[in-house]
Amino acid sequence: MTFLSLQNISKRYDATVAVADLSLAIERGEFFGLLGPSGCGKTTTLRMIAGLETPDRGVIQFDGRDITRLSPERRGFGMVFQNYALFPHLDVFENVAFGLRARRRPKAEITERVKSALQLVQLPGYERRRTGELSGGQQQRVAIARAISIEPALLLFDEPLSNLDVALREETRGELRELVARLNLTAVYVTHDQEEAFALCDRICVMSEGRSLQTGTPRELYERPAEALVARFLGRNNLIKAMRLSASHVRSATFKTLEGGHTLNVFVRKEDLSPLNSAATLAIRPEYLRLSKTEIVEDNTLQATVREINFTGATTSIKLDAGGLALEALVIQADGLSVGDACMVMLPPQHITILGMNKGMRDERRDEG
Amino acid sequence: MRDEEKKAAGGKQSAVSGKRESVSNKNPTSAGFSFLSSFIPHPSSLIPSQVPHPSSLILSFVVFLVLLYGVVYPNLHVLVASLLRDGAWSVGNYVEALSSRTVQESIASSIGLSLLTVLLCALVGVPLAFLFERYAFPARRLFATLATLPLVLPPLVGTVAFIFLCGESGILARAVQWAFDLRSAPWSLRGWTALLIFHTYTMYPFFYVLTGAGLRLTDAGLSEAARSLGAQPFTVLRRVVLPQLTPSLIAAALLTFMTSMASFSAPLLFGGGVRVLTLEIYNARQRGDGAVALTETVILAIISLCALLFFQRYEGTRRFVAAAMKGTARRRSPIKSGTTRAVAVICGSVFSIALALPVATLVLVSFAREGGWTTQALPPSYTLDNYARLLTEGGTGEVIINSLLMSGIAALAALCWSFCAASLVAGGKRSSGVRSRWRRVVSLLVLVPWALPGTVVAISISEAYGETNPLTGSFILVGTFWILPVIYFLRFMPLVVRAVQASMEQIDPALEEAAGSLGAHWWQRFWRVRLPLIWHGALAGALLAFVIALGEYVASVLVFVPSNRPISIAIASEMRDFRLGTAAAYGVILIFIIAASMAIAARLEKRRR
Repeated sequence: MTFLSLQNISKRYDATVAVADLSLAIERGEFFGLLGPSGCGKTTTLRMIAGLETPDRGVIQFDGRDITRLSPERRGFGMVFQNYALFPHLDVFENVAFGLRARRRPKAEITERVKSALQLVQLPGYERRRTGELSGGQQQRVAIARAISIEPALLLFDEPLSNLDVALREETRGELRELVARLNLTAVYVTHDQEEAFALCDRICVMSEGRSLQTGTPRELYERPAEALVARFLGRNNLIKAMRLSASHVRSATFKTLEGGHTLNVFVRKEDLSPLNSAATLAIRPEYLRLSKTEIVEDNTLQATVREINFTGATTSIKLDAGGLALEALVIQADGLSVGDACMVMLPPQHITILGMNKGMRDERRDEG
Repeated sequence: MRDEEKKAAGGKQSAVSGKRESVSNKNPTSAGFSFLSSFIPHPSSLIPSQVPHPSSLILSFVVFLVLLYGVVYPNLHVLVASLLRDGAWSVGNYVEALSSRTVQESIASSIGLSLLTVLLCALVGVPLAFLFERYAFPARRLFATLATLPLVLPPLVGTVAFIFLCGESGILARAVQWAFDLRSAPWSLRGWTALLIFHTYTMYPFFYVLTGAGLRLTDAGLSEAARSLGAQPFTVLRRVVLPQLTPSLIAAALLTFMTSMASFSAPLLFGGGVRVLTLEIYNARQRGDGAVALTETVILAIISLCALLFFQRYEGTRRFVAAAMKGTARRRSPIKSGTTRAVAVICGSVFSIALALPVATLVLVSFAREGGWTTQALPPSYTLDNYARLLTEGGTGEVIINSLLMSGIAALAALCWSFCAASLVAGGKRSSGVRSRWRRVVSLLVLVPWALPGTVVAISISEAYGETNPLTGSFILVGTFWILPVIYFLRFMPLVVRAVQASMEQIDPALEEAAGSLGAHWWQRFWRVRLPLIWHGALAGALLAFVIALGEYVASVLVFVPSNRPISIAIASEMRDFRLGTAAAYGVILIFIIAASMAIAARLEKRRR
């Protein structure tokens, strides 16, 4: 049985649609991510799970119970807010104890559980500190301790790391993952940071404009994006508009690019079968492009000119022009190439993804408009 | 001030509420006057907790009951009564009133006086705010605090102090007369000039405080950007700074306009031939001309309400104020040149002395021996008798207790009621439709008694509750102890509601949501989260209402019961009997209580930060 399920959830504020017909199924013990650009409805979705908003339509079920209209205090979910929402008038101990006091637990138990919660987030001895005296990272830990102190059935995170600086964010990320695993909790995590979502989550739902675009493991999303928006949102991608030339048969197909008129061979899976002469978008990650100054005799090799070289540290991004087709390659080293040089670029067929045919093209056009 | 900064800063933070703390380190000059800033139109309130409030039905009921019986019914009653003539509907009262020269003249004088007051107050208050906010010089803080002094002076006490100082037999006139050996007083403190000087003295702080708050809100980064784009300082002022200040200036202008429309003590005591509406209403009532008084009351109310509606309309139209809070922190530029520095300090000192003089005079006169001060510049002999008499003589000590009791009741009631009203009004923009429309109606109704001159409130309550009317459920208040506390409550509860509302809007809505997600029910959320976070601000607001009620004169003079006189009535009657020392002593005690309360309020405000 699905632990938490959202069925055809919709929510609108006045004229703006925040969430449209969203369905999710989250399993027990899963670390589930909601990923998308700001304004895509991910926070609203989380707030509906927490009970802070009520969906206009749809059903939320938790452990087989309909909780769609249950008030937040009756749900028993722990939530970590983006700005932590620590009570400024209470000290660390009282903040963590808040949920236990609301449940009227005996004093000894409260002391005990606050202590162990603070231990878990590595803040022992901070009980009597005022929240204002703590650093951002420490406040973050107090917020987490407060959320786990009530032994939540579900832990909700609303971009909890976005107010921390980069180094601290990566450190906290690891600890968070470990903590959730150790307590064997189920978590829903909202973020707009792809790297964060990939590092933390077992499965991720990529959202845009209130819709779910694709749900899957980080690897699936990265390697096999279902449509252009996902491909674009999850890291850099070369998106190539093309027409299908060869007849449909499993394993491989030939495409002709609209820009440059090159012929590309692509491995085709069953679900990618499509009629002849239909438009499609091909995607290939820049790190999969192979560059060479000398001739390569392999499929999908194009003549190109180097337009731009950007050194970014660990990798170097090289922008190429292959007879009108713009491509980007990520390499470890520029390999003696400089702007204006002619070179060969190879697109390995196994790394080319065919994106949802018509949808991909439509999104493409809308984005450009 | 602080409410407004936070409120405006929090303007567009519906989604990112986390930044709210980052703007709270603004400087706290003139603490205790934050109530003024809560009248700056603010962009949009923070979105409040969406967690439903099961008690809101009872809350709404209490709020609507008070608004119905306190605001809607009395005012409608007066309106209806003014439209009735010999038991039939008629606009005859208005035709008669508007065609009478006296009434025409008083309307014109009231509006003219108010407009001129706005102009003069702006001319004094705005440059002063720029001076104190933009430049650093020795003793700046002291001057900046002194500049808000007239705000704590009750109008009647201010008027009395002014007469002692500048009146034709006041200290200044006597001194000039003595110095130049004149035969008669060099001037008489009467008419337009006197009124304008006094109004400017008492009301310029509206401009000063609000412009200062506005300046603290403006983003220095914008000015720097304009400078870097090649704009001259004057262009920056005109095109960048002033547009950002517009909300503050509009709010200040309206506050000044409405206060001036309601001004009563000054026209009464030294208005000379200037007829203003408040005075005409009082006179008509004294003559027993009820119909005229009612008609004039409605006219005065309409003018004030128009101003309020204009203000409400304007609220929220200027959204850019809060747009850029991430800018560079503006620092006061120190005045480096020695001469300019000296000039600034001298100007500041002279100004502050001028501000403090009326109060100093009041203190001086309060020690003057009764009847001993005749033609000398300064009272010749001093004594503690005045104070001794106040505290010992039967009936006089009672006056102080009366005032404290009535203001205390009003403030306490206002505090309790404000929690209900503010919970309803401090709503977000997110919930749309019927709810938010009701909210707007409630917040408008709450503001009405504040916008109406005291004269209007007193007359409408005394007319509506002068005789029993079982049909409307009205009971007799006139002639009882309760009429003044009720009027004080109605007149000053908007201040408390605003203070409570501002405090509530400052609370991060995520806090109550967090409490909810941790399992706290609504009463736990109220007791353990909301109340601890707002009580400082709420109490400061209630104290403010208390001190203003303590010095109230305008409404009191119309409806007070002889057995239950407040201090202001006692001061006026002592003045009539030429017992100047006693009147001054009352004034000093009043100022003392007010100053103490304001100090407590300021401290509370500070704790709130």
